[in-house]
Amino acid sequence: MNYLEFEKPLAEIEGKAAELRAMARNTPEMDVEKEAEALDKKAEQLLTDLYKNLTPWRKCQVARHQDRPHCKDYIDALFTEFTPLAGDRNFADDHAIMGGLARLNDRAVVVIGQEKGSDTKSRIERNFGMARPEGYRKAIRLMDLAARFKLPVITLVDTPGAYPGKGAEERGQAEAIARSTEKCLQVGVPVISVVIGEGGSGGAVALATADKILMLEHSVYSVITPEGCASILWKDAEKMREAAEAMRLTAQDLLKLGVVDQIIAEPRGGAQRDRKAAIEAVGKALDATLAKFDGKSAEKLIAARRKKFLDMGRKGLAA
Amino acid sequence: MNWITNYVRPTINSLFSRREVPENLWSKCPECGTMLFHRELTDNLQVCSNCNHHMAITPRDRFKALFDAGTFSEVAVPEPVADPLQFRDQKKYPDRMKAAQKSTGEKEAMLVAEGEIGRMPVVCAGQDFSFMAGSMGMYVGNAFIAACERAIERRAPLVVFSAAGGARMQEGILSLMQMPRTTVAIQMLKEAGLPYICVLTHPTTGGVTASYAMLGDIQIAEPNALICFAGPRVIEQTIREKLPEGFQRAEYLLDHGMLDRVTHRKDMRDELITILRMLTGLPPAVAADLPAPEGAAAETAAEVAPAPALVETPKAGEPQS
Repeated sequence: MNYLEFEKPLAEIEGKAAELRAMARNTPEMDVEKEAEALDKKAEQLLTDLYKNLTPWRKCQVARHQDRPHCKDYIDALFTEFTPLAGDRNFADDHAIMGGLARLNDRAVVVIGQEKGSDTKSRIERNFGMARPEGYRKAIRLMDLAARFKLPVITLVDTPGAYPGKGAEERGQAEAIARSTEKCLQVGVPVISVVIGEGGSGGAVALATADKILMLEHSVYSVITPEGCASILWKDAEKMREAAEAMRLTAQDLLKLGVVDQIIAEPRGGAQRDRKAAIEAVGKALDATLAKFDGKSAEKLIAARRKKFLDMGRKGLAA
Repeated sequence: MNWITNYVRPTINSLFSRREVPENLWSKCPECGTMLFHRELTDNLQVCSNCNHHMAITPRDRFKALFDAGTFSEVAVPEPVADPLQFRDQKKYPDRMKAAQKSTGEKEAMLVAEGEIGRMPVVCAGQDFSFMAGSMGMYVGNAFIAACERAIERRAPLVVFSAAGGARMQEGILSLMQMPRTTVAIQMLKEAGLPYICVLTHPTTGGVTASYAMLGDIQIAEPNALICFAGPRVIEQTIREKLPEGFQRAEYLLDHGMLDRVTHRKDMRDELITILRMLTGLPPAVAADLPAPEGAAAETAAEVAPAPALVETPKAGEPQS
């Protein structure tokens, strides 16, 4: 288990319990089980308390947790017959965005998502989930494919943002994002997005302009990272706690603002503590959401999606 | 020593240089350092007469020069919820807004206008970089949508002049949502068969570039305008190398296939007329016999009545330059 900074007290208690049990194993005559159990209970209570009222900055840390299930984990566990489709047909295949045909409970869909990677090697290969224009152009191509063959589109959003690199800019990062957002709005099939970790700015919008936007309980979605916001408005990147607070980037605030449609509850202590349960919860929510769109015509879908975004934010926090 | 070089000398220098440049008469070109007489600079649309450096121009001044006889009317923009997030950094957002309104005399960072350009009805939206860096929030989104709706209503083309540091951070996620919102409006405009011309001016960055500023039927930029998604400083920090000369400038983007044209501000009006007339099936524009309106004459005329600047009856062999 990798503990976050604010989980240190928890790590101490859990560490003590483990220590006790290890000691007991060496000296069988010692009976520590009672004590250890008390510690377990204490740890459990602490975990519940910690996660009940996570501050926005702590949510950011949880959303970025390395043990959290990533796009590939969800695809592997929830979908069958996943057939990755690669390339933008112009320049390259971007490994930061994965996508392809797959079945969700036997229903054929197109699934697209940002993958951050799970160890150093795969993180580098995936560019930490920061896509280049090729990634967005691949997504556009896959959405076109979905529309042509009437397959729903599911996107799994988890990115710090689009990659700020020289080549990415030269090849039209902004244009690729704009076109991807445009494509999301154009396809005559249901588009469902789940923010599973970090929804980072334009790089997220490009895949998250959807009929229904779901968010995991401890995921975040924002216009800029709290560090970036702090360095611009506070002139001090260390003020990220204040920035995170002011930005309203938690799933709970975004639901209030009407920017997202549904929150998917996470297991106690976050998705990273029970990956299987978190993945199952997402699967269930996706299934239920998709069912709502059965039989809807392309025109109706597009019109409703447009209206949703045109009306968005008209009420502010009062919504 | 340090105290003298770092504090005393700059203070003395700044006192003197301030005296050298009376604020309301002269300004200095930030590019070549030439002193430019204010009136001359205004007549030249804020372009340095020495080095052709394009300085910032407010949408209002731009529209005065763009519309026939400087006449246009503003298109009303639906008022968004003020301070939707109750955002507070070192200052409260409403206080920052008030300061920006006071310093610019404008309500918000985008001005929408309709009028005639070359006697053709056109809707224009201009982003005001001097207003909180032209940043895109709910109001700018509403303004852009209002511009599209007005264009559809009038069956007129839409020309947008972009200039922005990106999204309005004080509106958080709602500013980000202006990316899909404005895109919806562009789709409606395109479905109505109307042209959307995007003129990218210095600087156009972030979420604005990654939405409506890159979705024009025709993409024109002003010379040397910085146009990017991520700014050069962010990229240098990420890749830890120096960026090439002219990186992310209009001419660089033109070379990399991201723009149709780079056009000098003084040629913009004629070019827009030429392009829009072709896209909307109108015959070539013909210059009128009337003398070209002088700056001052045009402004008074503007207040009295819309004066026809161009006559549409075709006249042999006299294409509008």
